[in-house]
Amino acid sequence: MTFARITMILLEGFGQTCLLFALTLLFALPLGLLVSFCSMSKFKPLQLITKVFVWIIRGTPLMLQLFVVFYVPGMLFNIQLFGSDPQGRFTAALVAFVINYACYFSEIYRGGIEAIPRGQYEAGQVLGMTKTEIFFRVILMQVVKRILAPISNEVITLVKDTSLARVIMVAEIFYLNENLIMSKGIIWPLFYIGVFFLLFVGVLTILFNYLEKKLSYYQI
Amino acid sequence: MAYLEILNLNKSFGENHVLKGIDFSMERGEVVSVIGSSGGGKTTFLRCLNFLEKPDEGQILIDGELLYDAALSYSDAEIREKRLSFGLVFQSFHLFPQYTAFENILIPLNLRAFERAAVDKLPFRQRRALKAEIMAENKVKAMELLRNVGLEAKADAYPCHLSGGQCQRVAIARALALSPAILCFDEPTSALDPELTGEVLRVIKQLKQEGRTMIIVTHEMSFARHVSDKVIFMADGVIEEMGAPEDVFDNPQSPKTQAFFSSFEEEI
Repeated sequence: MTFARITMILLEGFGQTCLLFALTLLFALPLGLLVSFCSMSKFKPLQLITKVFVWIIRGTPLMLQLFVVFYVPGMLFNIQLFGSDPQGRFTAALVAFVINYACYFSEIYRGGIEAIPRGQYEAGQVLGMTKTEIFFRVILMQVVKRILAPISNEVITLVKDTSLARVIMVAEIFYLNENLIMSKGIIWPLFYIGVFFLLFVGVLTILFNYLEKKLSYYQI
Repeated sequence: MAYLEILNLNKSFGENHVLKGIDFSMERGEVVSVIGSSGGGKTTFLRCLNFLEKPDEGQILIDGELLYDAALSYSDAEIREKRLSFGLVFQSFHLFPQYTAFENILIPLNLRAFERAAVDKLPFRQRRALKAEIMAENKVKAMELLRNVGLEAKADAYPCHLSGGQCQRVAIARALALSPAILCFDEPTSALDPELTGEVLRVIKQLKQEGRTMIIVTHEMSFARHVSDKVIFMADGVIEEMGAPEDVFDNPQSPKTQAFFSSFEEEI
């Protein structure tokens, strides 16, 4: 087993890791906004249901949620929501990640939205803006600036959380590595994995620093 | 016929009866100052005029036409339209921090102009052309408004790089952009350092010379005396005294007004 060969195998797993990461963000970022609107809804039952749901998701381990999404539909209702092929496992993991991260994002959004002073809404109102205009033209950009730091934190956590998908045997980097250990009896690739994550998080850190700088042309 | 007429305006917050039947009228081009101690209902009065609070009772007429009747119900869109009869300048400016001084004026102006021209209903190409035309027109107007408050040079500055006085002048220009019939000021200089109040007060004086109809809630007594055509003293949700500045300031009739002024003199 050459170094290059092992790198190729791990890269293949890391590809799955990256795909899971990107798709989770793609769905969870907008879904989180929807959840945050529900948790701020004036319609109390919706607000309550959303808050309980967010409490459950944030209050239980993501690993457990992965098991629940993958196994429970079959166990309780005898329906095969996700096949046991790699495709099905990946989809199940994605669903669990999206739900989990949407809930975390929703709380960050909620904090950001509630931190905007009422005067900003009122200034928009007296200028005849509609609620939608006020949200998209006035509030949203200020929220984005406020939440960029906590969001970048979550995004970086997500990179590493993807390794949890291993528990339902998604062929991500840890899973492939374990196969290596089992079949070839070499342990060092396990530590080599750290380099992949470090590099990826490094790139993300640079990206977020760039965004922060981009938004620093004004202060709130 | 008075230009603005307010009949029996009432507003409560729960048990707290903040406005207890305000009757008030003013002529076109008049400047009215509203004075009184805090908690007297001055700010709530302005907020009701701008429909930031919904009055419980009362009517508002402009130029003899009924604008608002608390007994009727209006849709959000109708309230939005009615709001544009009034402009409001806030105590702490509330400029939009992510936009330059120029954009702060231009963006609301564009949005309303697009709505009036119903650009969204046009086919794409026509819409783009019309939007460009409206925007070009509005840019000229926005720049003119900035020039009018002496801030043409600061057009591209963000609010965080402007002094409080400059921010307030931009806020005044922004409020004027939509050509309100009546411009309201809610303690426009209270959030400013003393040396910055002068520039804002000068702008308000200039607006008076241009014939703007204005209602100014203020604690600047000497300014109120010099700029107003009429002074209102409000206390405990009622208009306690109303009249020419000389009468209200020099010869107050109501005991509450007298007490208010004497507490002011003690401070000095």
